[in-house]
Amino acid sequence: MENVLEWLEAAARKTPDAVAVADVETQLTFAQLRDGARRVGTFLGEQVAPGGAVALYLEKSTKALCGMLGVVYAGCAYSVLDVRQPAARLASILEKLQPAFVLTDAATELQADAVLADTHYTATPVERALQWDADEEVLAAARSATDRTSPLYVNFTSGSTGTPKGVVVSHGSVIDFIGHFTELFDFTSEDVIANQAPFDFDVSVKDIYGGMAVGAAVHLIPRDYFSVPVQLMDFLCDRRVTVCTWAVSAMCFVSTMNGFDYRTPDTVRIVIFSGEVMPPKHLAKWQAALPHARFVNVYGPTEVTCNCTYWEVPPAFDGDVLPVGKPFPHAEVFLLDDGDALVDTVGKQGQICVAGSGLALGYAADKARTDEAFTESPLCSGQRIYRTGDVGYWDENGNLVYAGRVDHQIKHLGQRIELGEIESVAQSCEGVDRACCLYNDTRKRILLYVVADCGKDALRGYLHDRLPSYMVPSKIVFDDAMPLTKNGKIDRTALAQLQ
Amino acid sequence: MEDIKLEDIIEILEDVEEGIDYEHVTDLVDGKHLDSFDIIAIINAISDEYDISIPAKDIVPENFNSAQAICNLVKRLVDED
Repeated sequence: MENVLEWLEAAARKTPDAVAVADVETQLTFAQLRDGARRVGTFLGEQVAPGGAVALYLEKSTKALCGMLGVVYAGCAYSVLDVRQPAARLASILEKLQPAFVLTDAATELQADAVLADTHYTATPVERALQWDADEEVLAAARSATDRTSPLYVNFTSGSTGTPKGVVVSHGSVIDFIGHFTELFDFTSEDVIANQAPFDFDVSVKDIYGGMAVGAAVHLIPRDYFSVPVQLMDFLCDRRVTVCTWAVSAMCFVSTMNGFDYRTPDTVRIVIFSGEVMPPKHLAKWQAALPHARFVNVYGPTEVTCNCTYWEVPPAFDGDVLPVGKPFPHAEVFLLDDGDALVDTVGKQGQICVAGSGLALGYAADKARTDEAFTESPLCSGQRIYRTGDVGYWDENGNLVYAGRVDHQIKHLGQRIELGEIESVAQSCEGVDRACCLYNDTRKRILLYVVADCGKDALRGYLHDRLPSYMVPSKIVFDDAMPLTKNGKIDRTALAQLQ
Repeated sequence: MEDIKLEDIIEILEDVEEGIDYEHVTDLVDGKHLDSFDIIAIINAISDEYDISIPAKDIVPENFNSAQAICNLVKRLVDED
């Protein structure tokens, strides 16, 4: 297999009339999804050369998926951009991505025009591309220009120096990962997949291609339903959902909001979660509500294509530590100490490193960061590895356990955030002398400490204009000076004690 | 039974997300001042503070659009308890 579209085409041949994707208003069969994507692919293929990137600025929907797969039909890589981020951050992402084309949809077109006003990009609604007639010749030319190593998508994630970085993932990585993922977790065409993750998150890759690979329907849950538990539980129950591959934060939403007291989606057969450490008391609520479902903890940063390890939770689990488990068959996972020596002693910590076909191609237009994170293995010459920046250890059963970070990256509200990005934006505000960001993990709050002679509201407004709302600190604290370590660095430990 | 005061609710809200005029804003959810994760934080905070459990059916935008609406919800749940 060379191209993810082979899954779509196989499903459209085998079960053309089966539902491929549904949102609240619309649904598409596999034949309709393929035909829509081919139209978009032709429209794009007539103006864009294969190998480039195409940005999509829209909310998830059945049409958005036609757009994404249309980009793939044009031989390009898609990058779905969060429509909630401020124009300034979007501009720095476009600068890195250098898309050959920007797609939006009719509902988002006005907003797209407004945020792109200061860039040289204009967005075209995907509805226009869907009117195009598919052209076999254009599509065949684009297809022959791609193979397993071609970029499939670019996902942007927070970067510590202030600019987001775009993780570029190939067809081959997704083909290998999804093959194992669907097999290990017994995905079939009978499954009904409830997609929680936005399309700019790689958790959604498991829904989109997991469904496509086996011919199962993917139901897109609108983001707003995660504020109204009754709507969410009705959605899961009425659509007879069987698979939830969700972020931990979304699962905690259901348990915190007492969703199961209202209705229990007892058709769910498997829940696969990732993104953060699952709090045991929330997992207990889920396991109690769905005693017959399988629960699987999966782990991995975007750079390894979704996940590299998995651990199946035993029924009625009551332990305190949830391991992230053992590697997927296509991945090699090991620990390195500070001196780059292999750590294989049970309980001893090291940096989690990953090798195998899941590794991303690198960061878009950023050779320096790519070379820093993707290096040659110190243990095996010629092998390419990714250093995750995560710390872990092996337990006595040979399972990997996540134990923290080597740097100041955090997971907040399911989002991966470099505190350095917030600090660097704060420091660029006039009047701010020094800035230091801390995360209170217990209370789930980002706190910003500054030495500055500007107003709090002015600084808050400045951050709001440049950072997505989930990255804007809940609290800004002004101080006369920062506590410093002996080496003159900001003393984060001392600062944390001020809280 | 202790008195549930609007000021106390506002204090809880300030602690979750500062920089919003909680006394006057009446579209906290609909106007996207608060996202679903802020609402979770608020639910956790008021559940702890007033020792109540908020049923799923009460977690709708109308009950969270203003400090007053949240205050009314808490009063009702405390009374029902």
